[in-house]
Amino acid sequence: MTAHHDAVVVGAGIVGAACAAALARAGMSVLVLDASFAGSGTTAAGMGHLVVMDDSPAQLALTAYSARLWTALAPELPRDVEHEACGTLWVAEDDEQLSAVGAKQRVYAECGVATEILLPAQLAEAEPHLRPGLAGALLVPGDAVIYPPNGARALLQRAAADGAELREGVRVDAIGARQVIVGNERISCDCVINAAGARVPELTPGIPIVPRKGHLVITDRYPGFCRHQLVELGYLTSAHTMTTESVAFNVQPRATGQMLIGSSRELVGWDASINRSIVRRMLDRALDFMPGLALTSAIRTWTGFRPTTPDKLPLIGPWEETPGLWIAAGHEGLGITTSVGTGQLLADLITGREPAIDPVPFAPSRVLDGVGAH
Amino acid sequence: MAINVGTAELNIVVDDQRVRVAAGTTVAAALFNLGIAAFRRSVSGEPRGPVCGMGVCFECRVMIDSRPHQRACLIAVTDGMNIRTASQA
Repeated sequence: MTAHHDAVVVGAGIVGAACAAALARAGMSVLVLDASFAGSGTTAAGMGHLVVMDDSPAQLALTAYSARLWTALAPELPRDVEHEACGTLWVAEDDEQLSAVGAKQRVYAECGVATEILLPAQLAEAEPHLRPGLAGALLVPGDAVIYPPNGARALLQRAAADGAELREGVRVDAIGARQVIVGNERISCDCVINAAGARVPELTPGIPIVPRKGHLVITDRYPGFCRHQLVELGYLTSAHTMTTESVAFNVQPRATGQMLIGSSRELVGWDASINRSIVRRMLDRALDFMPGLALTSAIRTWTGFRPTTPDKLPLIGPWEETPGLWIAAGHEGLGITTSVGTGQLLADLITGREPAIDPVPFAPSRVLDGVGAH
Repeated sequence: MAINVGTAELNIVVDDQRVRVAAGTTVAAALFNLGIAAFRRSVSGEPRGPVCGMGVCFECRVMIDSRPHQRACLIAVTDGMNIRTASQA
């Protein structure tokens, strides 16, 4: 018989870690279980881009809220989290894309996110390795990057400082009413938080989360080659549209001088093998924007699986089919950013405090009646 | 192809110093002959130099003619070559 816990968090990815930190800070006794080790799943395949995104009003609210929480957290993070306030440059290929940037700027301003429009000459000065002929960019100086596995570790350390316990290498066999089953062990608790990412449906059938595969390439060290997280404005289309295959230009400078190159999206189940043809398309896209990348060496390519919901919004809230069960999953490609907002929102809902943002768009119950399944 | 080691010499620049080295040698051999052991620095700043000598370990990387991360053990010295190591850093 294991001691009773106020909350058991299933999954020590960055979302589970953030939930554990927020729940422990709220005074709850928290146990975190992970089938492998903390931050080893989707978290290890995330770029670690802390980004405000405006694909929908709810996404904007959650990412802007999370960005504020990360900014407040940044001075307290261990150095190995590699928090770098490099900002994001949303790159416009042509005048049509640039003309839409003004509206984007107003949307960001409405939620307190400062931005700046760069004309071609300013863009070339900011990022000399971008190809000539680009129309401009929207700079979001407040965006940042972290090294996600260590971000998850740092959040778990905060949880531990508030009394939480982490058990790694513990595979949960089933989640029941106010309990978690691990082999012959029955762990009782007031609430279970299923934060197992794309594995959520294995423990909670009926949750429509599917794995959406992505590739990442990392280069050798070329300090100063790029200075901001660079993303093409067409990225939103690639991320939002549920096509079977898409790529977008997405390059990030790391503290070591290395560059992370993304991004790809595929719906191929759990096949983790490298798809050479989509890596080729992804790198061609990157070379189209930064021809000089052709002279750099890529040293490693790997894959991961974004937990994707039908309406591209995470599921954060109670799952009323099972008493005491809460869901915190389905963050697609934004889980590193939105982990901290998710943890705080979930803790506020569980403890009955007023959340800082409207929780309704994230209510897991929306998938039961098909709302948002577009 | 015959390689005349030790007869002909070439002029190259290593860490801003003009030096003469034997033709027909690799960059790695030329640097060793100049007494240089720290070819590059690791992420944490430690000096690194050749281990395998055959292009596999990537420990011998130097900057050659402004191109970073060139494997010194695989490239022959050429006249006028400009090499940057980590020995001064």
